[in-house]
Amino acid sequence: MAEQALLSVQHLVKRFGALAATDDASFEVRAGEVHALIGPNGAGKTTLIHQISGAMLSDAGTVHFGGQDLTRLGMAQRVQAGLVRSYQITSIFKRFSVLDNLVLAVQARRPGLPSWWRAALRDEAAYAQAQGLLARIGLGAQADRVAGGLAHGEQRQLEVGLALAAKPRLLLLDEPMAGMGPDESERMVALLQQLKAEGLTLLLVEHDMDAVFRLADRISTLVFGRVIASGTPDEIRAHPEVKKAYLGDEETEAAL
Amino acid sequence: MTTRTSLLHHRGQRRWIFWPLLALLAALPPLLTAIGLEFYVGVASRVLIFAIAASSLNLILGFGGLVSFGHAAFVGLGAYTVGILMDAGVASAFVAWPAAMLVSGLAAALIGAVSLRTRGVYFIMITLAFAQMFYYLMVSLKAYGGEDGLPLPARSALAGFDLKDDANFYWVALALFAAVMLGLQRLVNSPFGWLLQGAKENETRIGATGGRVFALQWQAFVLAGAIAGLAGALLANLNGLVTPHLMHWSQSGQLMVMVIIGGAGALWGGTLGAAVLLLLEELLSGYTLHWQMALGLVLLAVVLFAPRGLAGLWRRARHG
Repeated sequence: MAEQALLSVQHLVKRFGALAATDDASFEVRAGEVHALIGPNGAGKTTLIHQISGAMLSDAGTVHFGGQDLTRLGMAQRVQAGLVRSYQITSIFKRFSVLDNLVLAVQARRPGLPSWWRAALRDEAAYAQAQGLLARIGLGAQADRVAGGLAHGEQRQLEVGLALAAKPRLLLLDEPMAGMGPDESERMVALLQQLKAEGLTLLLVEHDMDAVFRLADRISTLVFGRVIASGTPDEIRAHPEVKKAYLGDEETEAAL
Repeated sequence: MTTRTSLLHHRGQRRWIFWPLLALLAALPPLLTAIGLEFYVGVASRVLIFAIAASSLNLILGFGGLVSFGHAAFVGLGAYTVGILMDAGVASAFVAWPAAMLVSGLAAALIGAVSLRTRGVYFIMITLAFAQMFYYLMVSLKAYGGEDGLPLPARSALAGFDLKDDANFYWVALALFAAVMLGLQRLVNSPFGWLLQGAKENETRIGATGGRVFALQWQAFVLAGAIAGLAGALLANLNGLVTPHLMHWSQSGQLMVMVIIGGAGALWGGTLGAAVLLLLEELLSGYTLHWQMALGLVLLAVVLFAPRGLAGLWRRARHG
């Protein structure tokens, strides 16, 4: 380990009855890298994401982030530490405008109790930050549209924007390309490449192997709740166990 | 610079409506007396008191999305606080009314701490269960009248301002109503109010961005309870009697009906609902004992044709 690990997951376990959805999973994400977590259907990616983000507590093992032990902390505290996730199923404020969405996210991120008295509409700091995010995710022209009326790809972009509002040091992206057409995927890849260039650390869970191999610096492969391999895309491509795990999955085999 | 707008902002009424309306309401007692209808000053006070109670429920139900079916418990606890203090010789409104808010707020703090861990139907049932617990507690307390209730020998004392006079009492209720409404408008449009509305729309997202949903909802629940306690303190004074019936589940239901008819999540929803419901009751009960049937039809019509309540109709009429 030449480089410092920003996120270190060690021996995590999560059992549902007799089933160990996460079974002694360990891997590390280095600061500044795009790290992809892949695995066949049912490998336990979603459960592992829940454990890392704090939506679900682990039965055993540890989660360290930036040297701090987060294993026993809830989601809100992990967000305050800089570990932020986006959702596989779009989770935005559908009835409010795009700008409202971002302002809400900025206000939610602030530590301490929100004011009961100041006018939120005059919250210049929050609006300035929200406008910045709007430009970053490329939805500037959609600011006043009701979020529920956006196209699917735009809603996914907003989803990333809401996660960015939480000022992450590491952004956990749960299938950001889910359900997207080729054009929308292309725009999302560009957005993620831009975030990578800004120096943000990304942990990417994704089924779209083209996107994974284009974006990832390193890849970890999860099979039956266990990380069977971590390495560069070339190392993962050549790894015999990874090939075995994906055997029969033609699409992925082709990408490998 | 263009004016900033937001779907989270509730503008309330324009100044040219609000202040003249307030002036008109303030002039109501002499106007009613002049035409020989001074009896209706008491009815007007009743409307204001229920407008306060319904608006406090609207904060958690309409803006917070928390369907509490036990809000009458906080009204009743406020009323009993005033009654019991007076029974013990404490008649000052400056002591008894804040005490009523405190007792109701504390009860809300406890009930909220438990029930806010549940959602949906479970939240409805658990708030209902807590309210019924308080109802049966007061029924069983024979020292304070049990089922018959506790009569108040006099109205609270307000430093030289004679509350025995119905017009004076009405003005005090009006002043408190105005203060509550201005305060709620401020609150709903603050970052706190926005996050509360955001949590109603998407609780998970507020949490995933670092917001503390439980703390937000709990604080709103406690505040709503305290305001309902103030309404209860006023109601005890208006009725001259405090009974367990104030806490009965049907009273919680009536407050919910007010909020739904008026417009859940609209700033003036609780007020509109309280006014329409109580005035309709006053009007119809003069003609028939079965006035509640007509009320049922009104409720049905609102739910079918104006799902956002009367306040929603008003908005649609103005904005096309």
